[in-house]
Amino acid sequence: MNAANTYEAIVIGTSAGGLIALASILKGIPHNYPLPIIVVQHRAKDPKDLLEEVLQSKCVIPIRQANEKESIQKGTVYIAPPDYHLLIENDRTFSLSSDELIQYSRPSIDVLFESAAAVYRNKLVGIILTGANHDGASGLALIKKLGGFTIVQDPLEATFPIMPEAAIQSTQTTHIWNLSAIQHFILHIHSDQ
Amino acid sequence: MNDVDGKELKSLLESIRFAYGYDFTDYSEASVKRRVALYMSNKKIKSFSDFSNTILKEEKAFEEFVQELSVTVTEMFRDPLFYKSLREHVMKRLATYPFIKIWVAGCATGEEVYSIAILLKEANLLDRSVIYATDINQHSLMIAKEGLFSIERMKEYTSNYQKSGGKESFSDYYISKYNSVLFDKSLRKNMVFSSHNLAGDKSFNEFQLILCRNVLIYFNQHLQNRVINLFHESLCPFGILALGNKESLLFSEKRICFDDIDKKEKIFIKTK
Ligand SMILES: C[S@@+](CC[C@H](N)C(=O)[O-])C[C@H]1O[C@@H](n2cnc3c(N)ncnc32)[C@H](O)[C@@H]1O
Repeated sequence: MNAANTYEAIVIGTSAGGLIALASILKGIPHNYPLPIIVVQHRAKDPKDLLEEVLQSKCVIPIRQANEKESIQKGTVYIAPPDYHLLIENDRTFSLSSDELIQYSRPSIDVLFESAAAVYRNKLVGIILTGANHDGASGLALIKKLGGFTIVQDPLEATFPIMPEAAIQSTQTTHIWNLSAIQHFILHIHSDQ
Repeated sequence: MNDVDGKELKSLLESIRFAYGYDFTDYSEASVKRRVALYMSNKKIKSFSDFSNTILKEEKAFEEFVQELSVTVTEMFRDPLFYKSLREHVMKRLATYPFIKIWVAGCATGEEVYSIAILLKEANLLDRSVIYATDINQHSLMIAKEGLFSIERMKEYTSNYQKSGGKESFSDYYISKYNSVLFDKSLRKNMVFSSHNLAGDKSFNEFQLILCRNVLIYFNQHLQNRVINLFHESLCPFGILALGNKESLLFSEKRICFDDIDKKEKIFIKTK
């Protein structure tokens, strides 16, 4: 762990099996957590999907769907809405986009991670969890290239190891941790807030 | 993926405005950056300065870049519940006018325009309606005019149509031609396609209904406000404005001039 560094945001990407993994990481995070946590969980465009509500029922930190041009606040978990890509602007607001699917997905993890990396540079933590495709691998690589801190869930623990394996390969990340280690890291992070 | 510098990008967008009269300076920066990076990697352009030079020197390269920027992803009856709400709440209001003018702004390849035409037809309003459909992407407008769409997506569109409350047989609206389908002439006869740039061009008529879906998300707050002013000015009293599912009037000084018709589906009525 790089104690000298301080962080401004955490981005998390996950697909199949993600709900349980996210819940087990986020359930111990306090409501006054010093950073924003921004999540892409691959989801269908079903208008009745209750991802935010289900996660909130397990967590104390506020969980919200990210709104178009909303300004990003610490102590909040933002989830990308179905059928839109989520991007981060330099002024720390969200933008949505209807651009084509990436890796068969919208929202796409790569799109969030690449725009977050460009804004937060080395003050960003990027995390890839369980999933059954390669989305996020190139986004995590950019986070690493621009000096951010990258973590991948241990494929041995992940319900679906393909996404973590692809991310490990693209980034040569050495922080390959299980969920409880990832949670521990998040809880003890140094922030500059 | 390339990492495009914000300052360099701003100054290029200023030069583009000066050289070509297209104003992208108030677009959401993160999205533009992404399209620039995609364009550069497709064209195997290595540095941002090479990219700038090409765009400013070669008009053809600039036109291609506009195509890349003006994302054309769309579908018929996208968000079926939105169309259901139009059927239930908007058609009967339109029916009170002897002559109906509709503006679909940012119509892309036209799928939305044909969807609206089908709603109007099923409400017996098509014959007294004109739909003006506009976009900045010339190439998209050409496709829209033809009314020729890929057959592969018809299954999805049929299901969207049914979820929107459609009771007819969807396939009666088109004929298959090889791998494409051609929508019926009767739907097309009251459509007018034309190029219009929301970031600069003026109001050109008065409408009972304006649809502008999934376009504002590409603009910053400042440009969103300007475009809503343009729509406000282009709507008749009690005219209806419909936005995309994630768009709002939040950044508009005119938000007090509208009431909700369907809050969730982002359908508003001009009251002032
Ligand atoms: C994602 S598409 C939305 C298509 C359709 N309205 C829908 O919701 O499915 C965005 C469209 O906005 C158009 N657009 C972007 N900037 C524009 C501008 N300044 N004026 C008019 N149209 C614009 C693009 O060319 C593209 O066709």
